[in-house]
Amino acid sequence: MTAAIIVGLLTAGGTYLILQRGLVRVVLGFILLGHATTTLLVAAGGVGRRGIAILGQQGVAEQPADPLPQAFALTAIVISFGITAFLLALAARGRTVLGGDDVEQPAEPDEADRG
Amino acid sequence: MSTLLTAPVWWPLLSAAVGLLLRARPALQRTTGPVALAGVALVGLWLVRLTAEGRVVATHIGDWPAGVAIPFAADRFAALLLCAMAVVALVAVVFATLRGEDRHHLFHPMVGVLVTGVSMSLLTADLFNLFVAFEVMLIASYVLLTLRAGHAQVRAGAVYVVTNLLASTVFLLGTALVYARAGTVNLGELHGAASDPGVAVAAAVVGVAVAVKASLVPLHGWLPRTYVTAGPAVTALFSGLLTKVGVYALFRLYSVIFAGDVTWQPLLLAVAGATMLVGVLGAVGKSEIRAILAFHMVSQVGYLVLPLGLWTVGGVTAGIVYLVQYIAVKGALFLAAGTVETIAGSGRLPRLGGMARTRPALAVGFLLPAAALAGLPPTSGFVAKLLLVRGAFDASQWAVGGLAVFVSLLTLVSMVKIWNAVFWGEPSAAVLAEPGLHPMQQPAVGPPVVDGLVQPAPVTLTASRVRALAAPSLAIGVATVLLGLGAQGLVALAEPAAAGLIDPAAYLEAVRHP
Repeated sequence: MTAAIIVGLLTAGGTYLILQRGLVRVVLGFILLGHATTTLLVAAGGVGRRGIAILGQQGVAEQPADPLPQAFALTAIVISFGITAFLLALAARGRTVLGGDDVEQPAEPDEADRG
Repeated sequence: MSTLLTAPVWWPLLSAAVGLLLRARPALQRTTGPVALAGVALVGLWLVRLTAEGRVVATHIGDWPAGVAIPFAADRFAALLLCAMAVVALVAVVFATLRGEDRHHLFHPMVGVLVTGVSMSLLTADLFNLFVAFEVMLIASYVLLTLRAGHAQVRAGAVYVVTNLLASTVFLLGTALVYARAGTVNLGELHGAASDPGVAVAAAVVGVAVAVKASLVPLHGWLPRTYVTAGPAVTALFSGLLTKVGVYALFRLYSVIFAGDVTWQPLLLAVAGATMLVGVLGAVGKSEIRAILAFHMVSQVGYLVLPLGLWTVGGVTAGIVYLVQYIAVKGALFLAAGTVETIAGSGRLPRLGGMARTRPALAVGFLLPAAALAGLPPTSGFVAKLLLVRGAFDASQWAVGGLAVFVSLLTLVSMVKIWNAVFWGEPSAAVLAEPGLHPMQQPAVGPPVVDGLVQPAPVTLTASRVRALAAPSLAIGVATVLLGLGAQGLVALAEPAAAGLIDPAAYLEAVRHP
């Protein structure tokens, strides 16, 4: 239940932010959406269904966590980190080239720009 | 054997790493990049051979137990696409080298990463790994699209990255939901899982995300806006690889998770029809070659997903034949458009004209793939379209079959429009002056110094090099005619692939117990 509320709040905030015009706000929105997805992934785990313990039978924990979605979450975090960095670089480049982080503001790109 | 099965994944990635080390040695990069792509094409050919008689090659990475390990599997469908995509990527990279578009030191390494992602998407049999593969592919495409980092690229790049990132996030959400409901994301264990409504909803979320990447109407708006701002070789590369991987994923998901469930077919047919029509109508208002071609890409995706709504062996065989030949045809068209832009300095129709007289080889190099796109005999496009429409009529889908014929007529009109404006008539001033051949006016590929590395000087487009620029599209054009004349061979290759999709028992068995 807690996880569901957290996912809902993060998704709502993220959706609001990616609908903004400025690229930096959009990036922040994607960070929130990424957290929502990670939370959902971790909440999706459950060992009962698979019936095999990945690390052999020597584990002593009463309630072992499902490692698979945790591996998923870790991978997803790394990927979203990389893309966030790229988006921020793009926003920085946009400041130089377009004079602001609002990528939609001027009219359509002029044809002369195309090679 | 498993090492070779995963070679299309690690081999281009390795070449990308080597390419980055060699970033100060452009001449060496130009060797290692294409060699890696040729290697992927060879492995693709070998896999096509190996998947005869419905056999499926599979392996588990790292010897983890089934259900935990990441499975890789190649059936005939994946092998055929791997082969076609690697060949088109190779041709596009050769074109980029000829045109000097690979002057940025990240070009060859990023193509390597792109092909890694594409191969992994085709070969993986795990939903989460498919997400990772898409991301690898997309990150490389983000960089390639914004390589020139000019005005138009930054603006288009923002749209492209944000759209695809949102789609990826939705894909991951869907994957998490599938895992929550089914307890696995291994395709071998998900066969028919969509009979549980919870999994069906979760898988549909994944399907919507893939539909964005395949640019199905109404989720297509990003594609025509963004693809044209990249360099011509990069556009050709994207057109051959990116959206087609989305189409492949749709086929795979529908085959495995939905087990070809007929209740989805009216929706799939409606989406296919709308995509065909909206794409081709969008091209009407455009007056730049690559912008027109980009809208046709949307339209053609409609044809590619049409077999999903039929799901008969005949229909799916037609779809696979269509997909394989179309990857090459679209690449050739974008390369021909890129050559026109390089020579005349612009792709805008009003400025062009009469190039059939000044550049006859290029004119043929455009005409043949254009005929294939519209579906004229004797090209491969004719055979593919004939089979597809016949498949639709055999399944009594008269409306969508008729629409397919009508849309190819509109496609023909569009191709004739380009032909008339660019190649027919008297040579225009821009064509006679050939401004692109003077080094001073060549399109800037990037700033002269990037990351402290002096970029190699622009290539001088000598007469022989310009002739060479027309060669890639001409070669593919001739290949489409040969494929059209010898279509039986391609159909024979595609038929087991279609059978394997409709009855994926061998695929599932191989994924579970390689």
